[in-house]
Amino acid sequence: MAKPKAQSPKSEVQSPKSAPAAPPYHPIAHGLSDDDFKHGKVCTTRWTADARYAWDRGVAIGRYLDGLKQGKLLGVRCAKCARIMIPPRAFCEWCFKPVDGWVELEDTGVVNTFSLCYVTWDVKRVKEPQVPAVIEIDGASRGMGIMHLLGGVDPKKVFCGMKVKAVWKPAAEREGAITDILYWKPL
Amino acid sequence: MGNRVAIVGVGMTKFVRRALETGKELSWLASKMALDSCGMTMDQIGCVALGTAPDTFDGVHMKGEYLSDGAGCWGKPYMRSYVGGGTGVFSVAQGWYHVASGMFDTCLVVCEEKMSTFQPHAQAAFLTIFDHTTERPLKPNLLWIFALEMNRYMTAYGLKKEDIARVAVKNKNNALDHPAAQIAAPVTIEDVLNSEVLAWPVQRLDVSPVSDGAVAVILANESVARRVTDKPVWIEGCGWALDTAYWTNRDLCYSRCVEEAARMAYKMAGVTDPRHQIHVAEPYDPFDYKELQHLEGLMLCGRGEAAQLTADGVTARDGELPVCPSGGLLGVGNPIAAAGLMKVAELFWQLRGEAGKRQIARKATRGVAQAWGDLMQVGTVVVLGV
Repeated sequence: MAKPKAQSPKSEVQSPKSAPAAPPYHPIAHGLSDDDFKHGKVCTTRWTADARYAWDRGVAIGRYLDGLKQGKLLGVRCAKCARIMIPPRAFCEWCFKPVDGWVELEDTGVVNTFSLCYVTWDVKRVKEPQVPAVIEIDGASRGMGIMHLLGGVDPKKVFCGMKVKAVWKPAAEREGAITDILYWKPL
Repeated sequence: MGNRVAIVGVGMTKFVRRALETGKELSWLASKMALDSCGMTMDQIGCVALGTAPDTFDGVHMKGEYLSDGAGCWGKPYMRSYVGGGTGVFSVAQGWYHVASGMFDTCLVVCEEKMSTFQPHAQAAFLTIFDHTTERPLKPNLLWIFALEMNRYMTAYGLKKEDIARVAVKNKNNALDHPAAQIAAPVTIEDVLNSEVLAWPVQRLDVSPVSDGAVAVILANESVARRVTDKPVWIEGCGWALDTAYWTNRDLCYSRCVEEAARMAYKMAGVTDPRHQIHVAEPYDPFDYKELQHLEGLMLCGRGEAAQLTADGVTARDGELPVCPSGGLLGVGNPIAAAGLMKVAELFWQLRGEAGKRQIARKATRGVAQAWGDLMQVGTVVVLGV
């Protein structure tokens, strides 16, 4: 098997017997600066992916979305572990069996945790923070939350344990999506 | 359990924000360095275990196969693993069972990441982590899950930002002595607390950077290990576990998957009292609070106690239980899969007494490396000993 004769990196000066003890290597990699990159000092090839997807609603989430369109939050119940779960699922992942029924939950809950987010996905700053939160839904088992946004509140006054209620889109504008709830406001 | 397996050589590139080298070239540099460190050649390598993150980062199909030439895979049995941020430590477990099973005498483990390719910022490559129907319409960004977890952790145990900032200060300062480090800095608690707020409670200096880099380690069975080195570092245990993808149903203040992975690895290693039988730890620290959570998941202290341990200096390099003496992801950098394997490399050096300026003060014969990832649901753990 022919061995490639690539240019030796600096590390090749080491041998197991003569390797200096600490640290036993000379790390290499040529770091480029933003400047090198932005001003075209290094050649870069670019490509933009054109990837489009259409996700099927699924059996359980489909029914959840139908519920949202009607202004209801639906969960599922497993008789074996006695959990009432949201988001709903067709099977219980703990008991690995089909769920045993659907339950209409409250559109109120408790803030389990939240963040005040001042940046967009590509780290651009925004003035007014978004307030994502995990909200434990009333009527579901303890600790069963969903991720959503808080609104209608001074971000500085949000706290873990705060009671909140869903603010729905007007019925005519709902489309069967998680965004049929605009945000959650303090109760 | 199976044949004994040792780490006999390691290599790593410098971690940088954006490398001129391609992923293949980074893999080659790290692999070659690992071979040279123990005087081995590719002829002596039986198989290759490669760890690298989603194809999305690089925009190439089957990134593992793309990298393979640089990782010495030509004409060899090869397998790629990817378990999110947990990959770097998992890849060692994967290599371990190739050799422990007796199927191979040696295995080259290579982890590579080049996050700089994705434009404008690698963070967007993670957006598909959120559920496409129930979460993505809310336009989340990746920082949310960390910020939500961090706030839950702080709230559950009544911790302040400064309690957590100590981790960033420790690790970024530790990294000053690491020649491969990307963002080592002599920062103070005030620097962390005054850094830009990204997604409260997460501030700029609470977070590890995006990085390019590669790390490689060579695994060998006992007979090969004894021939190539006087100081084999044994893989005493490994474990991995997964939690549910329904992350909003979990207790976000504690990482159960890490505990389960640790229990599996400790059982294999015969560790019954981790706090006293583990002498040095490299838990996963992509964010400062994660080091604390993971120390608790690794059962190196009780729940909610890791911040006090840090404040007391126990986790400092000269402390009783040095934690992230390398400088961690917060200081050395975070090329996802490579960052996890860097932790294993650090234990190799620490346990052999070859960590130079970074060498911990206490005598250490056993250490644990741990990584974690994906939708906060993967725990991977390796216990090493001499």
